[in-house]
Amino acid sequence: MRASLFITCYNDTLYPETGRAVVRLLERLGVELEFRAAQTCCGQMHANTGFRAEAFSQAKRLVRLYSDAEAVVIPSSSCVCMMRDQYPGLFEELGNESLRRDFAALLPRVYELTEFLIDQLKVEDVGAYFPHRVAYHPSCHALRGLHIGDRPVRLLKKVRGLELAPIENVDRCCGFGGTFSVKNFEVSSAMLGAKVHDLLSTKADYCTAVDNSCLMHIGGALHRQYAGMRTIHIAQILAATEGAAAEEAA
Amino acid sequence: MSQAVAGHPILDPVLAPTFPKAALPILRNAQLRKNVTHATDVIQAKRAKLVAEKTDWQELRSAAAEIRAHALENLGEYLEQFEARCTAAGGTVHWASDAAEARQIIVDLLREEKASEVIKIKTMTSAEIQLNPAIEAAGIHAYETDLAEIILQLGEDEPSHIVVPALHVNRSQVREIFARRMGIKDLSDDPQVLTGAARNYLRQKFLKVPTAISGANFLVAETGAVAVVESEGNGRMCLTLPRTMITLAGIDKVIPRFKDLEVMLQVLARSATGERMNPYTSLWTGVTPGDGPQRFHVVLLDNGRTSILAKPKERQTLRCIRCAACLNTCPVYRQTGGHAYGSVYAGPIGAILTPQLMHLEHAQTLPFASSLCAACYEVCPVKINIPEVLLELRAQVVDQERKQADRFLDLMYWGLRIANQIFVSAWRFRTAQWAGRIGLRFFTGKDGWIHWMPSLGARWTVSRDLRGLPSQTFRQWWAARAKEAK
Repeated sequence: MRASLFITCYNDTLYPETGRAVVRLLERLGVELEFRAAQTCCGQMHANTGFRAEAFSQAKRLVRLYSDAEAVVIPSSSCVCMMRDQYPGLFEELGNESLRRDFAALLPRVYELTEFLIDQLKVEDVGAYFPHRVAYHPSCHALRGLHIGDRPVRLLKKVRGLELAPIENVDRCCGFGGTFSVKNFEVSSAMLGAKVHDLLSTKADYCTAVDNSCLMHIGGALHRQYAGMRTIHIAQILAATEGAAAEEAA
Repeated sequence: MSQAVAGHPILDPVLAPTFPKAALPILRNAQLRKNVTHATDVIQAKRAKLVAEKTDWQELRSAAAEIRAHALENLGEYLEQFEARCTAAGGTVHWASDAAEARQIIVDLLREEKASEVIKIKTMTSAEIQLNPAIEAAGIHAYETDLAEIILQLGEDEPSHIVVPALHVNRSQVREIFARRMGIKDLSDDPQVLTGAARNYLRQKFLKVPTAISGANFLVAETGAVAVVESEGNGRMCLTLPRTMITLAGIDKVIPRFKDLEVMLQVLARSATGERMNPYTSLWTGVTPGDGPQRFHVVLLDNGRTSILAKPKERQTLRCIRCAACLNTCPVYRQTGGHAYGSVYAGPIGAILTPQLMHLEHAQTLPFASSLCAACYEVCPVKINIPEVLLELRAQVVDQERKQADRFLDLMYWGLRIANQIFVSAWRFRTAQWAGRIGLRFFTGKDGWIHWMPSLGARWTVSRDLRGLPSQTFRQWWAARAKEAK
């Protein structure tokens, strides 16, 4: 199977180790990956902050870039959610017929990473080894946006050595919300405090998620508080094997 | 209308501070936050249990959403039907286009009654139009009869929740307010004792005051009936003892048929208080000789609702049945409580309703008071896609900002404009990555993390570190690997 990797702007810049893990994981599973260097951002930050025209210009770019891709894999649920939930409205309002047609043809071939693994590759046991206690934080966009269900948990349960730690109030937002974390930084910090409290109660070694955006937020607080718990994207756990441990901070 | 009183939360969207500013003192108020967390936890747990036992909950939600959407699509027709049936049953229907007109109608009606006092059933709509100060200004004293509203009225406080207005007050605080304002010595904080004190206070009013004001949960077009649901029976007292009843209702409250109540009452009780059925559900149709109030007025309030109705995406806002399930589940509301929203309508529904009622001339920070986590949408019994409306309103607020001369003083505004210029070009994006790495190196500590950034960045580092930018972006790694493979 062939697939094109949309790494997302912030993973590319801030978390390249997640991208490397996706490559390692998918190539191990026999996927022929390509990376289109013209890619930038899906437009989510602008759309969610009310900059609709700007979001449209980025969205249009992305659809044109991937119109001939066999499958597009994205290790970030919120960016996939942006395409599924917001692109239709943006294109209805600002796009033309040809763009809407290209988008409608592309959308069914866009997958969040764990969707791609479970639904397309039909694999739950990816041969990973990660001997740690891990708390899985279901990001809001994965949970209520993509309705991703237990896909990430099914994958994690098959990881050898991994012990899953349940989180209290597991479905509650960590308070990131993109520019919300800056516009309403005090409230966002209060929400984060509640989340960190629930996470630390799990006594897990790691907090994982399918989005590095939530993990950047949670991990930022854990680091600030010298909490001794780390964050790691699910791709890095799934890429780790007995022979090659998970790659963390660069 | 009302002026800000020292120590009194401002629930007038025209005067209220921005959401982040209003939230700040509340975030520092440990007692209030504890009260809010405790109360929302209790209601949420009850709701979750009762929703889970209903195997057709999703079908019920769909039915409720359809009933409300259909009523709104045909609002004019159903309102006229309601007016005709209510009038035929002996009621008098008044139409108020805005808050000032509604206040005037009600004050005039009270003067006609020669009322010096009036008793009230809990009504959020009366708080929306700031009715009590207008009544007081006319020399008439309004007595709230809902237990929570009594606590707020005596405590000179404002509602912080649509269903449980005094949710932010705990019982030891209630004890203090009652002891002070009712002049009771040795009052304990036992809930039964406190309720007993309120009952003594209220009974005199019920027996003595001949005029009452209520809100409405539903207006039934088919029969002209008004429905009020409540938990205490105080509403029932107001509906049976007084001579005159004045009901204030938003025009959005109408439902087509009597049997629609079957669906609406089920989803409302379960969503609002986590009960199978409301303890008191009162329905009255016009006037019944010899039974209940003999004069009955309905004031139908627009106050911005028709302009919401005119917009296809925003219209769903008016489906709301004020169950407040979205407040209880909202991670923002759970931290800030209701007063931060500067409106009687707090939480996610308030964040979309209030700015629209204000025609977006005020309360522009409310659509941004959400992390877009969508927990509200998930619990909404009438399926209002609150995140979708939030995004629509955010776009409208930004469009306002685009026309303002001082927009470039807003760092966030020009930051996002520049970011867009970067994102639409791959080479600009690569350059920005390079520049960002160089720029942030200055703020990156020896541990590889950023602990402080200036300007807007400081709003991040106030509570969070940020890992420093790695020396190689993913695209650089990919390019290097491809080169090696060749």
